[in-house]
Amino acid sequence: MLTPRQTVEHSFLEARHMLLEIAALLDRHDAAVERMAGAVADSSGEVAAKLAVLREGLAVLAAERCDGARTVKLLDVFARV
Amino acid sequence: MQIIQPHYHAIARTAQDYERMAMSGVVAVAEPAFWAGFDRKYPETFIDYFRQISEFEPTRAAQYGIRHFSWVAVNPKEAENLSLTREVLETFPEFFAKPTVLGVGETGLHKSTPNECAALEAHVEIAMRHGQLVLIHTPHLSDKARGTRRVLEVLAGMNVDRERIWIDHVEEHTIKPCLDAGYWVGFTLYPVTQCSPKRAVDMLERYGTDRILVNSSADWGPSDPFTLQECILEFRRRGHSLQEAIEVFHNNPCRFLGQNPKFDIRPLRVEPAGEPAFAD
Repeated sequence: MLTPRQTVEHSFLEARHMLLEIAALLDRHDAAVERMAGAVADSSGEVAAKLAVLREGLAVLAAERCDGARTVKLLDVFARV
Repeated sequence: MQIIQPHYHAIARTAQDYERMAMSGVVAVAEPAFWAGFDRKYPETFIDYFRQISEFEPTRAAQYGIRHFSWVAVNPKEAENLSLTREVLETFPEFFAKPTVLGVGETGLHKSTPNECAALEAHVEIAMRHGQLVLIHTPHLSDKARGTRRVLEVLAGMNVDRERIWIDHVEEHTIKPCLDAGYWVGFTLYPVTQCSPKRAVDMLERYGTDRILVNSSADWGPSDPFTLQECILEFRRRGHSLQEAIEVFHNNPCRFLGQNPKFDIRPLRVEPAGEPAFAD
């Protein structure tokens, strides 16, 4: 099994990559909203709910302590959409 | 669709790459001089390496109908050794005369040390003196922003033709100052460590397509030449036309590399001129 240090070193770049992809997705959404300003909004309840779930999921990740249950919490959050 | 792969380290790849690239529409690759994974000790080692990429590698690519071009440089990771760098630089004119060598690259910075900056300046100076193109590597990960700023500072102190210089590996936090200063920029698509295909398309949509090159990662480390095709697919999936894709992934390399007359592949047009830059 991995030590705490090995755990971080082994997956840091991959986690960085995944967070950057999420950041890019949210930036892409903002740009699309700006581009579509004035047109009929397509941010239906379903889309808004998905965005809310993503933000809630990020808050789960940002918590320093989570009793080793971040994945379970995240799956519970995503189960709502 | 015809594709040009402007940054490809062929000697680190197998012929299977060439075969698959040819099947996916790649018509030309350009191979910058790269780090071998260890620091070379002798100028002669570089000379043989330059011979490999300027003489032998074009013959290997030709078996798959792919044109192969190359660049010469002491990679930034080895440029800390200034005396070795100077000795290697003296051999460049011999290679500038080769029919497929396009210029000096990839020079640039790794840790942005004073020696690296001096080597970068010497590379750019010899390129400009001999009318060559320049390909500049910017550092990866946490060193990128500082290293790119330093590259721009070094270039700002020199008398250079900015349209003949390509600053590579830009990302969201480094693209704007490079474009604003009048240089060409390149996105390098890596599976994990640098720009992704989706983020590259985001930047194309934000900054437009002028003076932008897109290349995949293709070296001896974790890399994937077909991130370029993945990027084209993402670009097309977002509604951009075939002609727009050709402009980015074929014609822009023609425009930059074609400033050296040895690169004789011309831009293509498959749709009438005057189409909007991007589809709604």
